[in-house]
Amino acid sequence: MITVESLTRRYAGFTAVDNVSFTALPGRVTGFLGPNGAGKSTTMRVMVGLTVPTSGTATINGERFADLPNPGLEVGVLLDASAQHAGRTGREILTIAADTMGLPRRRVDEMLELVSLTSSEAKRRVRNYSLGMRQRLGIGTALLGDPRVLILDEPANGLDPAGIRWMRDLLTGFASQGGTVLLSSHLLHEIEVIADDLVVIGKGKIVASGSKEELLAAAGTLVRSPSPRDLAHALERAGIPSTLAGDGWVRTDADPARVGAVALTAGIALTELRSAEGTGLEDMFLSLTADTQREGVAA
Amino acid sequence: MTATIVPPDTIEAEPARRTAQPIRTTRLVKVELRKMFNTRSGFWMLISIGVLSPISAGSLLVLGLNSDVTYQNFVRASGFPMSVILPIIAILAVTGEWSQRSGLTTFTLVPSRGRMIGAKAIATLLVGLGAVSVAFAVGALGNVAGSALAGVDTAWDVSLSMALQMMLYNLVGMAFGFALGVVLRNSAAAIVGYFVASLVMPGILALLAQVRSWFEDLQPWIDWHYTQVALLNGATNTVKEWAMLGSTTMIWIVLPLVIGLLSLRRSEVK
Repeated sequence: MITVESLTRRYAGFTAVDNVSFTALPGRVTGFLGPNGAGKSTTMRVMVGLTVPTSGTATINGERFADLPNPGLEVGVLLDASAQHAGRTGREILTIAADTMGLPRRRVDEMLELVSLTSSEAKRRVRNYSLGMRQRLGIGTALLGDPRVLILDEPANGLDPAGIRWMRDLLTGFASQGGTVLLSSHLLHEIEVIADDLVVIGKGKIVASGSKEELLAAAGTLVRSPSPRDLAHALERAGIPSTLAGDGWVRTDADPARVGAVALTAGIALTELRSAEGTGLEDMFLSLTADTQREGVAA
Repeated sequence: MTATIVPPDTIEAEPARRTAQPIRTTRLVKVELRKMFNTRSGFWMLISIGVLSPISAGSLLVLGLNSDVTYQNFVRASGFPMSVILPIIAILAVTGEWSQRSGLTTFTLVPSRGRMIGAKAIATLLVGLGAVSVAFAVGALGNVAGSALAGVDTAWDVSLSMALQMMLYNLVGMAFGFALGVVLRNSAAAIVGYFVASLVMPGILALLAQVRSWFEDLQPWIDWHYTQVALLNGATNTVKEWAMLGSTTMIWIVLPLVIGLLSLRRSEVK
């Protein structure tokens, strides 16, 4: 479990992290969302002791990271896949991490296999790695000590589609065995598919947090029909406000089951009926962080 | 959407706290020694010491006069490449973590920065002792071969005191590089700083001593290069001379090291 309490980090002139509190629970994947420069990475750096907080605390299973006797065995960390000595081979980077943690060398081979780096790739220097390969190596380093907590900053960056699916399965499996995963990303689709809980940060402040279901409950329903106007009228008669979204789409805050029932009673054919979740996270993200977005997007 | 199915008994259960042993310092030192030479630059620095040292000693055989064939000259010749490369090894041992950003991993695996820098210092010292021993060994081989080739008596003209001072000369050079690394935490800046302090500054101070007589007496107390040359020549003998060495060490090594360690304790690793 990761607990962050009233965490603040100020730099000369601005506050990168402003009184942030949240908890990442075991057995769940917690998605950490926010626009560029919102304070995600700073928060994660404070968690692992690379940045000293101005005030507040961050603890892993109740202990400060710096007080853990051998942190690599309890917390797997990947903050920046490119932050490796470019002149070392992938295998050497895993070897020195394994040696530092006091792990047997066979863990290095196990990890290389787990993250699908071939032995010839592992012999190459990291300078010649693609971002995706560095990301895999970083994930291998994080998992090396068989930790129960993972802190990953943008781990899907640079991975190919197969890699993204692999990572998704890996993290879901990790959480289902009781592990704690905190994962930051700005790839909303990724987070939506994988996260159980969400923490949204904007300009250093938490703007929303809770389970994904809770946060997306307000997302409503998207329904498509050859006669959208009739459907909108039928919904209105049933006391459900709705809006025409173009191309036959009607959007409403009601849940899909109710909308389907109304359409059935009114005898209106539907071509599609689904929860608006797919667009919900993006809408939610943009509206929650609207005043913190660089582009000033009005959601 | 894909829901994550979580076995109910694991949802609330806190993962069992394993009984992790603290990381031992000997293990950290071993890892640091490995890290010094498992990069491309580290590997070539090690090779260049191994290759240049015998070449340098050998050149004395080829180019030197018969009167040059003494143990002192051979040790100095084989040690010369080391006196240049060892401080760079010391610098990179520290600055690589920042310039190459590997510190992100290093300091998350070992959050205590003081321990980490300590392990690096011990590893640097071991490399220094090892390298200087090699210089003495290569010098001895050169001396035996050289005197046989030149047909002169083998001259073992290095006293214990002189040997220790030659050793200290290299260790002080490494310590200065290490301190620069800790305070600057940037490979390029620290290497440039090292060469400015060891090649450019001595000339300026010597010039200053020539034109300002009051500085002439002061120079041995503040000129790092001056006390280094005395060590290399085995000429640090009196209490006053050792005090001069202490003074330059305070100014050039202890002071930057303390400043560097203080700022490093709270600095961000990015």
